[in-house]
Amino acid sequence: MTVTPAPAGTRTVLALRGISKRFGAVQALKNIELDVRAGEVLALVGDNGAGKSTLVKTIAGVYTADDGTMEFDGQDVRVGSPAEAQQLGIATVFQDLALCDNLDVVANLYLGRELRKGRALDEVEMERSSWALLRQLSAKIPSVRIPVASLSGGQRQTVAIARSLLGDPKVVMLDEPTAALGVAQTAEVLNLVERLRERGLAVILISHNMADVMAVADRVAVLRLGRNNGVFVVSDTKTQDIIAAITGATDNAVSERAARRTREDGTAS
Amino acid sequence: MTLHGSEIRPQDAPGPAGTGTGNGNGAAAELPADLQDERLIASHGLSGAVSAFTARLRSGDLGSVPVVVGLIIIWAVFQIANSSFLSSRNLVNLTLQTTSVGVIAIGIVLVLLLGEIDLSVGSVSGLSAAVLGVTFVNQGWPLVLSLLAGVALGLVIGLFYGALYTRFGVPSFVITLAGLLGFLGLQLLVLGKEGSLNLPFDSALVGFATRSFLSPALAYGLVAAVVAVYVLTRLRGRAARAAAGLSAAPTSMIAIKGAALAVVLLIPVIILNGDRGVSSMFLLFVGLVVATDLAVRRTRWGRSVVAVGGNVEAARRAGINVRMIYLSVFAACSTFAAVGGLLAAARLVAVNQSSGGADVNLNAIAAAVIGGTSLFGGRGSVYSALLGALVIMSISNGLALLSLDSSVRYMVTAGVLLIAVTIDSLSRRSRQAHGRA
Ligand SMILES: Nc1ncnc2c1ncn2[C@@H]1O[C@H](COP(=O)(O)OP(=O)(O)OP(=O)(O)O)[C@@H](O)[C@H]1O
Ligand SMILES: [Mg+2]
Repeated sequence: MTVTPAPAGTRTVLALRGISKRFGAVQALKNIELDVRAGEVLALVGDNGAGKSTLVKTIAGVYTADDGTMEFDGQDVRVGSPAEAQQLGIATVFQDLALCDNLDVVANLYLGRELRKGRALDEVEMERSSWALLRQLSAKIPSVRIPVASLSGGQRQTVAIARSLLGDPKVVMLDEPTAALGVAQTAEVLNLVERLRERGLAVILISHNMADVMAVADRVAVLRLGRNNGVFVVSDTKTQDIIAAITGATDNAVSERAARRTREDGTAS
Repeated sequence: MTLHGSEIRPQDAPGPAGTGTGNGNGAAAELPADLQDERLIASHGLSGAVSAFTARLRSGDLGSVPVVVGLIIIWAVFQIANSSFLSSRNLVNLTLQTTSVGVIAIGIVLVLLLGEIDLSVGSVSGLSAAVLGVTFVNQGWPLVLSLLAGVALGLVIGLFYGALYTRFGVPSFVITLAGLLGFLGLQLLVLGKEGSLNLPFDSALVGFATRSFLSPALAYGLVAAVVAVYVLTRLRGRAARAAAGLSAAPTSMIAIKGAALAVVLLIPVIILNGDRGVSSMFLLFVGLVVATDLAVRRTRWGRSVVAVGGNVEAARRAGINVRMIYLSVFAACSTFAAVGGLLAAARLVAVNQSSGGADVNLNAIAAAVIGGTSLFGGRGSVYSALLGALVIMSISNGLALLSLDSSVRYMVTAGVLLIAVTIDSLSRRSRQAHGRA
């Protein structure tokens, strides 16, 4: 997989300015700035509890920010509900997947945007295209007519990912989409992310797997304790720098890296 | 397995034959899209359908099986105790008695699907009956206007509940408990001092509820039409599935189901025709059940209701207008309660202080639960209103035939309700164990 850097001057689809969010005594996000460009994969990384999921949910309209503004396609927008985010063209795979366990796979895929024939649901067409979509994700799902509750963790994740692709989004946010996936399915999702970029979509990818991040992302935004902690262009950054930013060692990154390199050289030879 | 680089286009994905990335066996491409997974246990034809059905039962997905079995047992017991129980005459009475509770139970099924409850349906039904009585009998309004007033009242009450629930998050249990008392009080106030009104016996409403029956020819014609529509829609669905490259039920299967439906409809119609026939009011009830069932299973609104009942947060994140769903369901429930109250008044030819009181409330709620709708939300069928109401009213009818008074009736109904709720809880546990919760 080769990474092509985002073409210079690509349009910014989504811009966050000074987003803050607190839960009671916890300041989950503080003054977050973020630019997401069309045709770019932006990885969002950070330690557990850094605020990644909170940021994604704020963009997706699940939470409303306490402070700050959001621009979409150059317009100031206020996203008051998940429905409004979807209408703008923001699709999200949540970390907790947000599936209805009592509904079957087809119903979950099309929830909120069911295909209809007249006033009735068009179950046949929904089932047909569900299969087509799942096949392309190499999904290992035996039947789309069983309740989602009876699927494995990875199968559920595949359903959630497939759902985000319906409805022609402009921005796709994936919150740890490959956490539960097998090797082949992970590779398919990474391929998918690249294909979404080729189609000119903006992709926000959250992952703890630095190898995946370095493989598909164009830029990496680091969150630390609810604050921005640097944005790195992947093509000219080393994994170690990003890890340092994640863990909070940026202040003396240079010296630490130098130290580590001498140590590695020592053990390698 | 190799990773292929084909384009992902969710909108215009290629046909069901697919790219065959999955199993890598050539045969897979010829199977319907939904039968290609190697782990699927092949189930073909009738025996396949039977084994799939028993597997579903064993996993705790009981559906309406317990209530049908229960109904058969109850009928058998009463028939043994009193041979006139299953007579045409008594069964016609049973259909008349079942209707109003059944109509109210349809609304209860809807709120239960959301995982909520409405404890005030009895009071609302009594209040709408009181409004009918006072406006129609005392004020001399045209019948249609009085009926509309009663129904509109139910609608407004439901919207009020929905608004309280969605605005302030008050639990439906508490809102409707207040409604139970409040609207009972309002009913007494509306009825005023004398507290009892008789509806004119020759009014169209009373005629509809007590004297209007389908002619035998019409009843049989209706059965034939229903079976024909059922078989035709099944055949059309089958053709559509086959055209989309999905597995389709064999025509023999459709024929068997159509024949079964014909038998299930014909037997009661023949028996009922032995006496006065199929009551128009009962037909209205069955029609409401069928229509509501289609709305729940086949429309976007119904899908949203079931989704909200299963996982509100997931439904909200899927962009469903959760508020509107709550509002519409509470409104529908109270409206069904009002309609049930009007039908009860019409059948009893009277409105009084005990209209909608006593056991109407609990009978309707018990009917929905006994019929197999889960108290835990997101699971159930509108047909449980029909089946559950038949169970409840069979008990009360049978015990009355045996000249046992209401003390026994309350206790027996309570026992049946407890059994139904226990079955619901057990099957939920079993579903969890089988991964179908
Ligand atoms: N609904 C909530 N109520 C209260 N606190 C919350 C809520 N959601 C998140 N938090 C807090 O906000 C902080 C950020 O949480 P968040 O879920 O965004 O982390 P994350 O970066 O996604 O972590 P992970 O990598 O573990 O998924 C945490 O300290 C968490 O405790
Ligand atoms: Mg998270």
